[in-house]
Amino acid sequence: MKKVSIHSLLSVSALTLGLLAAHSVSAQDITGAGASFPAPIYSKWAADYNKVTGHKVNYQSVGSGAGIKQIDAKTVDFGASDMPLKDEELAQKNQMQFPTVIGGVVPVVNIAGVAPGQLKLTGEIIADIYLGKITKWTDPAVKALNPSIKFPDDAISVVRRSDGSGTTFLFTNYLSKVNAEWKEKVGDGTAVNWPTGAGGKGNEGVAAFVTRLPNSIGYVEYAYVKQNKMVYAQLKNSAGTFVSPDDTAFKAAAAGADWTKSFYQVLTNQAGKDSWPITGATFILMHKVQDKPENGAAALKFFDWAYKNGDKTADELDYVPMPDKVKDVIRKSWGQIKDGAGKSIAF
Amino acid sequence: MSSHSLSSHASSLLDESNITRLNQTMSQPPAPVNMKLGAFIDRLFGWAALAAACLTLALLFGILLSLVYGAWPAIHEYGLGFLTRTVWDPVKNDYGGLVMIYGTLTTSFIALLIAVPVSFGIAVFLTELSPAWLKRPLGTAIELLAAIPSIVYGMWGLLVFGPILSTYVQMPLQKLLTGVPYLGAMVSGPPVGIGILSAGIILAIMIIPFIASVMRDVFEVTPPLLKESAYGLGSTTWEVVSKVVLPYTKAGVVGGIMLGLGRALGETMAVTFVIGNMNQLNSLSVFEAANSITSALANEFAEAGEGLHQASLIYLGLILFFITFVVLSFSKLLLARMKRSEGTKS
Repeated sequence: MKKVSIHSLLSVSALTLGLLAAHSVSAQDITGAGASFPAPIYSKWAADYNKVTGHKVNYQSVGSGAGIKQIDAKTVDFGASDMPLKDEELAQKNQMQFPTVIGGVVPVVNIAGVAPGQLKLTGEIIADIYLGKITKWTDPAVKALNPSIKFPDDAISVVRRSDGSGTTFLFTNYLSKVNAEWKEKVGDGTAVNWPTGAGGKGNEGVAAFVTRLPNSIGYVEYAYVKQNKMVYAQLKNSAGTFVSPDDTAFKAAAAGADWTKSFYQVLTNQAGKDSWPITGATFILMHKVQDKPENGAAALKFFDWAYKNGDKTADELDYVPMPDKVKDVIRKSWGQIKDGAGKSIAF
Repeated sequence: MSSHSLSSHASSLLDESNITRLNQTMSQPPAPVNMKLGAFIDRLFGWAALAAACLTLALLFGILLSLVYGAWPAIHEYGLGFLTRTVWDPVKNDYGGLVMIYGTLTTSFIALLIAVPVSFGIAVFLTELSPAWLKRPLGTAIELLAAIPSIVYGMWGLLVFGPILSTYVQMPLQKLLTGVPYLGAMVSGPPVGIGILSAGIILAIMIIPFIASVMRDVFEVTPPLLKESAYGLGSTTWEVVSKVVLPYTKAGVVGGIMLGLGRALGETMAVTFVIGNMNQLNSLSVFEAANSITSALANEFAEAGEGLHQASLIYLGLILFFITFVVLSFSKLLLARMKRSEGTKS
């Protein structure tokens, strides 16, 4: 929460400065809009990039849906979405997408006497809790996995996001993959028809609910868990091992995916014994034919710089950078972006 | 600004020419040229005022039109049936508005139920009972409540008020009323302190300053002559308030209440935090998490894709517009009726 507010403050002041320095706007200034999840890292990258090169990148954190709308309307140079677009949809819009950083979604609980990482859960159990079928922590399925924990005999308070979000997409996508009833009744999406539970607005809303309600369960982004020292649960991945959420587990999930054919990769329930099962990348959307090629080229230069120099910043802000192999594939894919005359704008 | 300087410039022009003319011939009536200029400026001002009024009307119709246009896919798909459908499923692309409409109306109703008597008490105390030295600080304190941003009320409701409500109100009530038909169901639900009742109470706290200050202002304009006559005839304070002050000020009182209701219907942020944002109508318990129109809009609009989801959200906005319109017309009707009955009573 603190991080987000500081960053929004920074971006507000950056905006003010931008207004003051409006006369110095050059063609090299680019704007992007979209997902709020990667907003802190994009703003930090933009600030560092500005220091090094003098070029400005303005990123508006407006939500993935709004980001998609803005890039469709060509009001921004790049859009950003937490949910990858399907290849057919991209082809129809004549756009392309590429991943920038990886994050994980982590189930968090508030049970008296349970320490971070102590509780073990599976996707099936979480789906049953969110379906309202498992209503108490003393349920045999939970007890069988956690014989050493003494659970209180009270009802589980289920907490989820009330606003549409990429976090919800990853979470529900994972539940759909591991629980047939979830897939049939609820499905996956940035907002779904929740069978039960109270909704908190944003990660901070869910975190506030979970911290406040005894015997609750919720899901938040990894950075939130780490910064607020929340009580997270271990999850069983598709290889059958219990893993804790951390950088290596997210990286393992990303490495397992085949990025060469398509960037439409939802990294939930990935194979590999170290993979965290609810992992996902966040994406940049750009038009394949650029009306303003110099802006498009400037945007690509920015992301190229970020892939080269931004990994440390990403680590500091608890995002996971893309593996180097994937970065090469991404750079190659930029060849598709062309100007009006059909000439590639990449460098 | 420009019209102001224009008119002052024109008036100085007027003065100068008047003086020169006066010097020339004292007996002549004022020259028609100046009259024309004055009349022209007057007409110009009239047009400007008319344009401002028309702009408001145009804006209103523009908003209405764009709402209808944006909501058209949903209106076409569901028609008025939207109002009675309880599904809200973005994955299967199936929508209905009853849950949110119910949430908006119920929370606002609870808010009025609490805020009106409390505001009345505040206003009566401030105008009739309070010692003079307390009037000013107390009045200012109440007005200051209106300046607190709604997100602060929301966070406070979630983190501080919710737990108090669940521990000291809901749990004892549930214990007391288990097994009692209707009443038992009214207080069922998980004891988390968020839901319709918390949202209603938070809204009540938010609209009290509005209603109370309007009521105090109109109570203060009651002529002292009337009140003192009533006191002189041996009336108690209550009798003076109910038989003299209230009948004299009822239009203003109703206006204040409607102002508060309008605010309660449209409040977004605070409600989002404490209502629970759950689309369900299975239980009519006031402790159950629910959803409101504004809250659904705030939560889902940014991520809603083109098509039916977005259209349904805009449809909800249109319904809220309509509800507010009905509330306003109803209050006007009420006032008109009161005025008519005024003559017959006395």
